[in-house]
Amino acid sequence: MSALLEVRDLDKRYRTRHGVIHAVQRVSFDVRERETVALVGESGCGKSTVALSLLHLIEHDGGRVRFEGMELDQLRGREEQALRRDLSIVFQNPYSSLNPRMRVKDIVGEPIRTAWRLKGREVIERVQRQLNAVGLGPEHLRRFPHEFSGGQRQRIAIARALALEPKLLILDEPTAALDVSVQAQVLNLLRELQQRLGLSYLLISHNLATVESIADRVLVMYFGRIVESGTVAEVFNDPRHPYTRALLDSVPSIDPSQRHRLKPLEGDLPSPLRPPPGCAFAPRCPHAAHDCTVSPPPLGSIGSREAACYHPLDR
Amino acid sequence: MSEEVLAIRNLRIEFPELFRTVEAVRGADLSVRRGEIMGLVGESGCGKSMTAMACLGLVPPPGRVSGHVSVDGFEVVGRPDRELLPVRGGLAAMIFQNPGKALNPFFTIGRQLTDVIRLRHRHGEQESREVALEALRSVHLPDPEIALGRYPHQLSGGQLQRAMIAMALACEPKVLIADEPTTALDVTIQAQVIVLLRELADARGLTILFITHDLGVVGSLCDRVSVMYAGRVVEVGSVRDVLESPAHPYTRKLLATVPKLGDGHSELAFIPGQVPDMAFPPSGCAFHPRCERASPVCTKSDPDDRDLGAMHRVACHHAHGAGETEAPGTANGATTP
Repeated sequence: MSALLEVRDLDKRYRTRHGVIHAVQRVSFDVRERETVALVGESGCGKSTVALSLLHLIEHDGGRVRFEGMELDQLRGREEQALRRDLSIVFQNPYSSLNPRMRVKDIVGEPIRTAWRLKGREVIERVQRQLNAVGLGPEHLRRFPHEFSGGQRQRIAIARALALEPKLLILDEPTAALDVSVQAQVLNLLRELQQRLGLSYLLISHNLATVESIADRVLVMYFGRIVESGTVAEVFNDPRHPYTRALLDSVPSIDPSQRHRLKPLEGDLPSPLRPPPGCAFAPRCPHAAHDCTVSPPPLGSIGSREAACYHPLDR
Repeated sequence: MSEEVLAIRNLRIEFPELFRTVEAVRGADLSVRRGEIMGLVGESGCGKSMTAMACLGLVPPPGRVSGHVSVDGFEVVGRPDRELLPVRGGLAAMIFQNPGKALNPFFTIGRQLTDVIRLRHRHGEQESREVALEALRSVHLPDPEIALGRYPHQLSGGQLQRAMIAMALACEPKVLIADEPTTALDVTIQAQVIVLLRELADARGLTILFITHDLGVVGSLCDRVSVMYAGRVVEVGSVRDVLESPAHPYTRKLLATVPKLGDGHSELAFIPGQVPDMAFPPSGCAFHPRCERASPVCTKSDPDDRDLGAMHRVACHHAHGAGETEAPGTANGATTP
């Protein structure tokens, strides 16, 4: 299977007044056609930085990104524009990602006008088609975002992202701001759109149940690095990195008889200005040994998956 | 049976607007006993946060509150601000969703903590510092001496939420009202806060009203749970009764929509339709437009509370029986959980 998106050794440093923060370190992964890859981790682990640098919304400092075999960094002008049609994003909060002073027809129509230089009736027809795809009728065309509920707004944001018929959609916490009942509708919609349009998704989320419900593969990030990756079933049912285990043990269960299984991870993330010399997870890791504090473990294969750990958990 | 510390009877909160009146809470009843952790769940706009605000007399103007709210025997409804001082931070304390916004960015954690303590206990500077330190220790904040001198932006989200809990508990309230305190936190920090609240409830006999929309948090933390819909409590009972054999069709639906770890790629059930506009609530049972079990009677009369035994109560004309095996949400093609 060919990779639609190939990311190799992506690096991003932020220079601040207090020093350099290494937000993303040597992150490599592929997204294949019609596949959903999830990037999970706590806030500050670098997952959103990865997403934004793929879209060139921020510049990365090292590594390569290839989309359909073309180097993203070398594209300029017309080619870069063409690429922007193939890659799109849905943001977390539909209350802030839609311009409150624009009508729905303009919110969804703006990318169509800009990218394809279409006008008038043609734009409206396309907008209607997109709204229809996300389950909104033509009566909504002239409305403003404040007239919609959170779930409907997220549908509008998805319609806007789909307006240019992209191949890869980046979903940055698409359901985090929504109620559970609405969250289920949006997840079902995303799944249906993927099947119908043959889309690939890069899903960024900290909700493991959401990830499990729509993703095929998962990348677990901690402190700017990928610490474990594999299929969702493998990684969630049988995690090998202690951090993945800790994340799974932190998810509260709806079943009160499983209450005792909730095991919070001790401590906080290390300061990004003074990263620990070895494995970044070592200070909080119950299995840490001396070698963990010397140098960071490389990402190595364990069967069909990868984990960056000197002392991976047994099955 | 232990006594009732927080009692809400027929609470109504209305917000008059120019051409309509939004009925945020429409006759909610709630009873929390000493040492109990009561979950209050529902979708956005169901009135759960307003109910919490009413416990401290914090409903913002032009809200009109009627009914009864009593905190440890002290009636809150209808009192002016100056008479509410014994309740706010004294009998009851509140923690909010976003600790970064609830704390003042211009003052150190220590200053904000000691202010509260001095107001309440008339302690001197040194004495209130000791109390503040003790409060921070009780919530397991690392290096409490250093934390006292820190400003809110210098602490992480989890540390801030601990500091906020410490501040709420510094004056030893009878009731802690927690309005979605873990929603803005990462799952690892959320787990820490859940375990901390459990520990505090067990150690001090603290009564907690925990507002959330996350049923996983309810399952892991609460003793009892009240489910709110359109301004009313539609079901209440022990966590086990309500989550394992929900009687109200809304509770069933809500449970079915939650993606659970271990379910894989299954299609998720959802609740058709939307939360009603509370300026024009539906006639009869407010849930009837979205309910599969709705019959003509549901459109006409709002069902009364019925007791199902073991303090499990439901307000529905066609409640599911305890022995019913129908899987929640089968109509939407969900798999049996």
